[in-house]
Amino acid sequence: MTRVEGLLRELAPQVLGALVRRYGQFDACEDAVQEAMLAAADQWEVADLPDSPRAWLTAVASRKLVDAVRGDAARRRREETAAALAGLHPNAVATEEVSGEDDSLALLMLCCHPAVTPASQVALTLRAVGGLTTAEIAAAYLVPEATMAPRISRAKQQIRAAGARFELPQAPERSERLAVVLHVLYLVFNEGYTASSGDDLMRPDLAVEAIRLARMLHRLLPDDSEVAGLLALMLLTDARRAARTDADGRLVPLAEQDRSGWNSELIAEGSALVDAALAHPPVGPYQLQAAIAALHDEALDPADTDWQQIAALYAVLEHIAPNPVVTLNRAVAVAMLDGPAAGLRLLTTLDDSPLARQHRLPAVRAHLLERAGDRDGARAQYRLAAERTASTQERHYLLAKSDAL
Amino acid sequence: MKFLLVLRNNPALIDALAEEDKQRLMGGHTAFMEAIQVSGELIVTQALADPSQSAVVRVRNGVPAITDGPYVEAKEFLGGYYMIDVEDRDRALELAGQIPDASIEGMGVEVRPIMFSAGTLDV
Repeated sequence: MTRVEGLLRELAPQVLGALVRRYGQFDACEDAVQEAMLAAADQWEVADLPDSPRAWLTAVASRKLVDAVRGDAARRRREETAAALAGLHPNAVATEEVSGEDDSLALLMLCCHPAVTPASQVALTLRAVGGLTTAEIAAAYLVPEATMAPRISRAKQQIRAAGARFELPQAPERSERLAVVLHVLYLVFNEGYTASSGDDLMRPDLAVEAIRLARMLHRLLPDDSEVAGLLALMLLTDARRAARTDADGRLVPLAEQDRSGWNSELIAEGSALVDAALAHPPVGPYQLQAAIAALHDEALDPADTDWQQIAALYAVLEHIAPNPVVTLNRAVAVAMLDGPAAGLRLLTTLDDSPLARQHRLPAVRAHLLERAGDRDGARAQYRLAAERTASTQERHYLLAKSDAL
Repeated sequence: MKFLLVLRNNPALIDALAEEDKQRLMGGHTAFMEAIQVSGELIVTQALADPSQSAVVRVRNGVPAITDGPYVEAKEFLGGYYMIDVEDRDRALELAGQIPDASIEGMGVEVRPIMFSAGTLDV
């Protein structure tokens, strides 16, 4: 990310917030800000930055909005709207003081409106709050821009049709919406973390972007333990990134990773965050997952991993947020603690779950069967998992495991 | 999640369709394409030429041999496909059901996940 790109992404939600607060019409404002950002990206790279980049962007975006509304009005003969906006002087907006912080939070909640499907919430959040261009988002998700652009437009239409307002929702809706925001940031991170790095330098780093947005959210809501928990989880997971694939891009499982390649700064920051968060109840799923990640990260040798605590934390997580994936992870921890047979017993409780059709259950079962000495059983389960995975890297890994038995 | 909606054509079966059904088959694709374009789910769709236009290339000992015609003589051929990016498998199945081919007796649409780098956080 260049200096200008970094600055633009920082300013995007503030400028958009200022515009929406003044004019309403989230969808039109969002387009106008996107255009202003593209203009800025062109001009600022070659010339000096304006004195106040934020005022510059706000003024240019306002002009684009006026132009768009005038154009619309002409087409639809809505002179009244045009007249109302005609008196607008861009500098009037530029000097106006607005709270960029509150606006960013309101924007996040608007983009994560329940009327929009998760994939569209993600795309809209990356554009409106993250300041990414449609082309960058499309590249990140490996779809053409022609697929991503209508998805974003449609998300905005759905928000408008739902009558959503640009304001912070009141409790209890506020906490529900915040949960969606956290989930969207988690999805962005997950996509960035699990996708192959590839040689394509144009592909924006979604994990970095997710961490940036989570940091922003943590600044806005420093007392929310789940926000802190999510940020900690991202940092503690991202800390292992360099060791997660080998020189050929193949996956390296946690137990075999070169732990000297882990990022100790991120681990320290993430651990401190999660420790502080856990001191302030209620305890939530992100904090628990972060605490588990911290226990992995703090073990300098896999043999030093505190499986007892990890199994206990998964049990708490399973209790407050029951989910087959959590049970699966608990089975791994239990197997490390009490032997593979105990883990395999726990896995049988998942045979009727939605997980039974996916690759992760046979992959874990294969691993535990291998440890239990059942080579035929393990080989069959590795092959089954390889058939089911949607990741080429995982497929290679699982087939290699099967062949090695 | 990305899926390929695979369309299998049976030229004999399509020839034998009533004119009305043929029109439904053609026109239905236009409407379907527009709908998934607007929803931001279409990545690409392509229709393939008649299998009689195919050629198969086999290289043996470095020498290519080319035979005209399809790879396998069959009643059904790959006629085309939609590549889509959707929320989940259920949505892919729902969209497959909207393709006119799915409603024609003797035909169906195959929904196949695209293998692509995805996965999960470390266990």
